[in-house]
Amino acid sequence: MVKLVKKVFFFYYDGFRSMTIGKKLWIIILIKLFIIFAILKIFFFPDFLKTHFKTDQQRSNYVIEQLTK
Amino acid sequence: MLMEHFNLALVDWSRAQFALTALYHWLFVPLTLGTSFIIAIMETIYVKTGKDIWKRITKFWMVLFAINFAIGVATGIILEFEFGTNWSNYSWFVGDIFGAPLAIEGIMAFFLESTFFAVMFFGWNKVSKGFHLTSTWLVALGSNLSALWILVANAWMQNPVGMHFNPETARNEMVNFWAVLFSPTAINKFLHTISSAYVMSAIFVLGVSAWFLLKKRNQALAKRSMIVASTFGLIMSVFMVITGDESAREVFRVQPMKFASMEGLYHGQTDAPLTAVGFFTKTPKPEAPNANEWGPKIKIPGLLSYMAALNTHAYVPGINDLIHGNAAHNIISYYERIKMGKLAIAALKEFQLAKKAANDSTARTALKTFEANYKYFGYGYYNDPHKLIPDVPLVFYSFHTMVGLGLLFVLIFLLTLIYGLKGKLPVKRWILYVALWAIPFAYLAQEAGWMVAEFGRQPWVVQNYMPTLSAVSNINQTSVIITFFLFGVIFTVLLIAEIKIMLNQIKQLKDGGQQ
Repeated sequence: MVKLVKKVFFFYYDGFRSMTIGKKLWIIILIKLFIIFAILKIFFFPDFLKTHFKTDQQRSNYVIEQLTK
Repeated sequence: MLMEHFNLALVDWSRAQFALTALYHWLFVPLTLGTSFIIAIMETIYVKTGKDIWKRITKFWMVLFAINFAIGVATGIILEFEFGTNWSNYSWFVGDIFGAPLAIEGIMAFFLESTFFAVMFFGWNKVSKGFHLTSTWLVALGSNLSALWILVANAWMQNPVGMHFNPETARNEMVNFWAVLFSPTAINKFLHTISSAYVMSAIFVLGVSAWFLLKKRNQALAKRSMIVASTFGLIMSVFMVITGDESAREVFRVQPMKFASMEGLYHGQTDAPLTAVGFFTKTPKPEAPNANEWGPKIKIPGLLSYMAALNTHAYVPGINDLIHGNAAHNIISYYERIKMGKLAIAALKEFQLAKKAANDSTARTALKTFEANYKYFGYGYYNDPHKLIPDVPLVFYSFHTMVGLGLLFVLIFLLTLIYGLKGKLPVKRWILYVALWAIPFAYLAQEAGWMVAEFGRQPWVVQNYMPTLSAVSNINQTSVIITFFLFGVIFTVLLIAEIKIMLNQIKQLKDGGQQ
């Protein structure tokens, strides 16, 4: 089992080390994920119903009110 | 319960933001879906023949696939953020239906793609040829299965089936998962979307290979890639035409307004022709649809009727027939639907009030009225049925652009395959230029297809039940405008990065000569 874990670890380790264009792509992915989750999600995209209401009952009441106003 | 209660500018900005995100996201997705299979085919040839040239070909296209995958990955997550923030009424309304397919998509994408993706890129010379090939095929299947669940969710919005609306919670609850998964709309949408993605990817491979041949570099790689791409593209483009034809009948059945808008058909007719080439000289006004004027048109007799019902003499209702109704063809007018929708909305309100007041008999009566009229619930938000007509010129041009380019691609694949098999590709430079310049048009066709599907169904987010105006959250419009432009910048930067990195990789590929 330990042997298998080691084998898998070095498979990924060697793979990442020998990347060429892949390094640039990983940097782009990480920057993008940071912008998406640490900036956009937190500052611009809170879940409207979750942040404004505590229970599902309140959420239901609100949406019904919106749909029937 | 009227339109005036909604902030229409907020609705428009939210729609624009969603459209921008989806259109950009869709620039990346089709290439991933299609090139994954093209690469798998190339690697299969390598494993079967043992020839190193095929390994080189596979590795080259794998790099371009990886660039596109890396730049495009997670751009779709933003759409999910928008559901929660900008479209909270909608998210609540559809929650249970959307939740299941999206959860399956997430799990499948993570396990299938991320696990075997690593083997595909890191596994050369480390795992057996067979295992590596299996991983490549699994990446292709995984990414396409991810698309399945998203498209099933989208298809449900176009043709809501397999659910029951709970008036106490205002949520749709799934009662039949299989009805959602195997609805004809879902099947056609999935098959047509993926086949068009394969066609786009084949055009991409053809175009890049054509560039090599024009530059007289990597000719062995380019010629072989073109044979694979044109064969794959030709088969898939035929499949795309067949699934597109099936989709048309499904649209006719469940979204007749979209169908009429695709052809700009205002007055229903039998033996309805399809416009092969034509344009509006005047934008039709929804309130006065007769005012539209056409420039010269080339029509194909009976083809629209055939697309609708597999019968060249079939009756196809026009926009006016849907608005005003047509008793001879059992078409209920939008005026009637609006009345029934208003009854359903009022009954839902009454039901809620009666429940709170513990007045069971009133609640029961209200519920009966609600259930009898629920199928036209969304119409009740409108007074003027003309507001329920999509942007006809936009849908018409998108549809005809998509179909025209799709047919052109069939011809390109056919010619490149014939010239490729005869070994004449390097000397037929005109077809190489055509293949190269077809790349942007393949992207255009993809976006046009999205526009037909999404603009064509306006104003509905959920067909007949929920229009965009009742789906949006009551949030600050300024934040939507800011994020709209923010996304515009982020996605444009990503797109420029993708093109730049790809071009570098293509240009830097060492000339392998005739090997």
